[in-house]
Amino acid sequence: MNFPILSAIIFIPLIGALFIFITRGPQKNVEKNSKNVAIFSSLTNFLLALFLWYSFDSSTSNFQFVEEKYWMGGFINFKLGIDGISILFILLTTFIAPICIFSGIHSIKFKIKEFFIAILVMETLMLGVFCSLDLVIFYLFFEGGLIPMFLIIGIWGGPKRVYSAFKFFLFTLLGSVLMLVAIISIYWITGTTDLVKLLDTRIVQEYQYLLWLAFFSSFAVKLPMWPVHTWLPDAHVEAPTAGSVILAAILLKMAGYGFMRFSIGLFPVASDYFTSLIFTLSVIAIIYTSLVALMQDDMKKLIAYSSVAHMGFVTIGIFSLTKQGLEGSIIQMISHGLISAALFLCVGVVYDRYHSRMISSYGGLVNIMPKYAFVFMIFTLAALGLPGTSGFVGEFLVLVGVFQVNILVAVLASLGVILVAAYMLWLYRRVIFGRVASSEIKKMTDLDKTEIYILASLVFLTLFFGIYPEPLLNTVDISINNLIDKYQTDINFHLSQKNN
Amino acid sequence: MHLILYILPEIFLALAIMFLLMLGVFTKKSFNLVYLLTILSLIFAIALVLNQPEEAYRYFGIIKIFNESYIIDKLSSFMKVLTLLFCMFVLLLSNDYVKNSNIDKIEYPIIILASTLGMILMISSFDLIVFYLGLELQSLCLYILASFRRNDERSTEAGLKYFVLSALATGILLYGCSLIYGFTGSTNFEVISEKLTESNMGAVFGIVFIIVGLAFKVSAVPFHMWTPDVYEGSPTSVTSFFALIPKIAAITVFIRFLYVPFINVISQWQTIIVFLSIASMILGAVAAIGQNNIKRLVAYSSIGHMGYALAGLVTGTNEGIHSTIIYLTIYLVMNLGIFGCIFMMKRENVFYENINDLSGLSKNHPMLAFSFLIILFSLAGIPPLAGFFAKFYIFMAVIEIKMYSLAVIGLVTTVVSAFYYLRIIKVIYFDRPKKAFDKNYDWGLKSSLILSSVLILIYFIYPTILTDIVTSIVIY
Repeated sequence: MNFPILSAIIFIPLIGALFIFITRGPQKNVEKNSKNVAIFSSLTNFLLALFLWYSFDSSTSNFQFVEEKYWMGGFINFKLGIDGISILFILLTTFIAPICIFSGIHSIKFKIKEFFIAILVMETLMLGVFCSLDLVIFYLFFEGGLIPMFLIIGIWGGPKRVYSAFKFFLFTLLGSVLMLVAIISIYWITGTTDLVKLLDTRIVQEYQYLLWLAFFSSFAVKLPMWPVHTWLPDAHVEAPTAGSVILAAILLKMAGYGFMRFSIGLFPVASDYFTSLIFTLSVIAIIYTSLVALMQDDMKKLIAYSSVAHMGFVTIGIFSLTKQGLEGSIIQMISHGLISAALFLCVGVVYDRYHSRMISSYGGLVNIMPKYAFVFMIFTLAALGLPGTSGFVGEFLVLVGVFQVNILVAVLASLGVILVAAYMLWLYRRVIFGRVASSEIKKMTDLDKTEIYILASLVFLTLFFGIYPEPLLNTVDISINNLIDKYQTDINFHLSQKNN
Repeated sequence: MHLILYILPEIFLALAIMFLLMLGVFTKKSFNLVYLLTILSLIFAIALVLNQPEEAYRYFGIIKIFNESYIIDKLSSFMKVLTLLFCMFVLLLSNDYVKNSNIDKIEYPIIILASTLGMILMISSFDLIVFYLGLELQSLCLYILASFRRNDERSTEAGLKYFVLSALATGILLYGCSLIYGFTGSTNFEVISEKLTESNMGAVFGIVFIIVGLAFKVSAVPFHMWTPDVYEGSPTSVTSFFALIPKIAAITVFIRFLYVPFINVISQWQTIIVFLSIASMILGAVAAIGQNNIKRLVAYSSIGHMGYALAGLVTGTNEGIHSTIIYLTIYLVMNLGIFGCIFMMKRENVFYENINDLSGLSKNHPMLAFSFLIILFSLAGIPPLAGFFAKFYIFMAVIEIKMYSLAVIGLVTTVVSAFYYLRIIKVIYFDRPKKAFDKNYDWGLKSSLILSSVLILIYFIYPTILTDIVTSIVIY
């Protein structure tokens, strides 16, 4: 197939953003046009991604739809391609982007045009991360995402937005620069930054440890792992709803994807060596942040801490390096993408009406907003991993995977599941049930049409993948097998060398 | 006759200076005319440089003339074009400022032209004496420029400060030259290169002195003290000239010195340059955080940027030189942009310099704010903007010779410096709007700013356009 479908998917949002950028005229027309362009380009992109999934061949682990263009003097090429792992993230991104745009239409009140530009540019950069098959290109997209996100938090955020935006930017940048050093070092060690070629080369073991740590520093901040997670609650709390959704649903997944693609793919020996480090940090993340979440009186902050805990499951699953663990963490990432997005949207719904994120200002919403209470309940249960929701599939597979490797970690992580249930249900009880907190809450209206459409689509997917995760599992199956096979051969090769 | 052809650009510039001086003196109110003719003669000089006689490149792209004291090669031609081109842009950029701030005297463009001539001589010099002549010509002109607004206290102070410190640095440099001459017996770079060995202790002293003098010219730490004060005190148009043009000549001479006469004693100077580079990067990043005057901030940021440029020179490889030249070129484009933005900070013909004056710029001037945004993120080195690629090449070269600590320090200072660039963006985008700036931009200012922002923004699409030219430059 000659049509450069990946380039199209990556750059359609950017073209949309350019369109919006050059629109001129009376304020009202500009806003209306930019709204339409944003919706149109993001939905087109989603349909294109669905078509991509349809034409994707899940019976091979090779990279598909590969495009390669001469760039940067030939020694670094603009190379794109996807396999079973990346396509799911592309679908997630293209699905979440229109949701963010709809949410923005609903709740953003000023600089609307700029907001759509930022979201669309963000979408381009995120898709680029999942499609790139060259380390430098990956870095370019990975880091480039800082610019629009910084602006989204800083311009449309809450009262402490400046502090949060700076913290987000500087934390992530500091983590990433070490990755840049590692990428350049890889170029000088192996002579290429092309991922396909790198996956076939064994990087000398002495270098692997340092390189792994450099990549780890970047992904650990982005994921985020304990103890470098502190930027996330701040960023989430202050970001506008759409910004929180992007952060939770996609940005965090770039790190999980990076662990899978680069840390394990390129440095298997080091990954094996550092497994215990990851396990320790993840278990701490799961238990500690869950306990912290219990104490929060800000809804968004609570969900942010729960994100850290959920991402702890992801890293445990990835570094269990079993088939179930890896597949589980992919499902966990996709489902967390849907559920956390939905939860942030749910908070956004009441925030738009009452302008408070404090749990204590609400109560008894079930009497006033029954539809809202119903939707919120589904996502609460999904977040705590009730069977029948996608959250369960992911967590279950991860725990099955870890159990084969390290029973203690599995037991401790299961403990986390209980804690998640504790704070999510408590949150639900305090917000939805109980006495109506004040007379002003009584004036709040139930979900309107747009909100229902947005949330219903998320409900549908959460339940669908909870009951029938086959489509996801089928897509990633071969790629995961290949990843594990390669990992095993590399480890065995390393062991045999050691014995000699 | 034959040799004259090679130095046509220099001869033309010298004649142009004299002609313009006459024109300015004997016609009344001729500032605009002289200014325009200066720009035109710069353009013509670029054409002359590009149109060197063919023999110039026949033998390895190098020709040496006048007893091998003057060299014309790809490095010199590239740097000359860069100097003339950016000098032209700076003049275009600052036209509006010069007219509105009472320094519109005919001497202004003529002195700029004269100092450009000095830089061109420096760039092509292959002999200590020729180099020194060029250096003096440009420095003397710069002293006058710094104090050009002569009834303003700060400008006078800037000029005097610059003169005293620079004269000292030049003295040290000249002393270094004489040491080198004394211990090697020649002023010619090629001969010095042959005679200079590590056992030649006196000459090594000379190298240190010369590096000190040059470090002063590029304002590398610890010889940077003059920079913030001079940048702040001089009229902004002069600051923009200071921040861009002399750096080109100074870096070229740095490359020339380190890679031709001193290349055999690389182990002697490498550590010095590493120190200069690291110190500049750190100080540039840390000291700029507290600045409220945007010109001072640019001064510190330029110190930091010169630190990165020097990091490329540490390597002693051709890749290192290329990365430095690429860095310098992108640095020029970015600084051209940032000064374009500064020249637009004008309300009712009064120019503002404080960062807080920018607050809420995004509301009143969305396009100007957007340019600021691009340029600042690019200065911070965030991909996919041009500034990232500049740093990328530098670190490619540095990591190639396994200087990991230099690379890591460099990248960590990038994060620190990102903070103060973000601070400006914060003021522009997140703060409450103030009164709008004037909107009657000069076309030269507008077009230069648009050009530099667009170049920074789309550089990533076709990065080879610059690297292809630069990588053809070879130094022996």
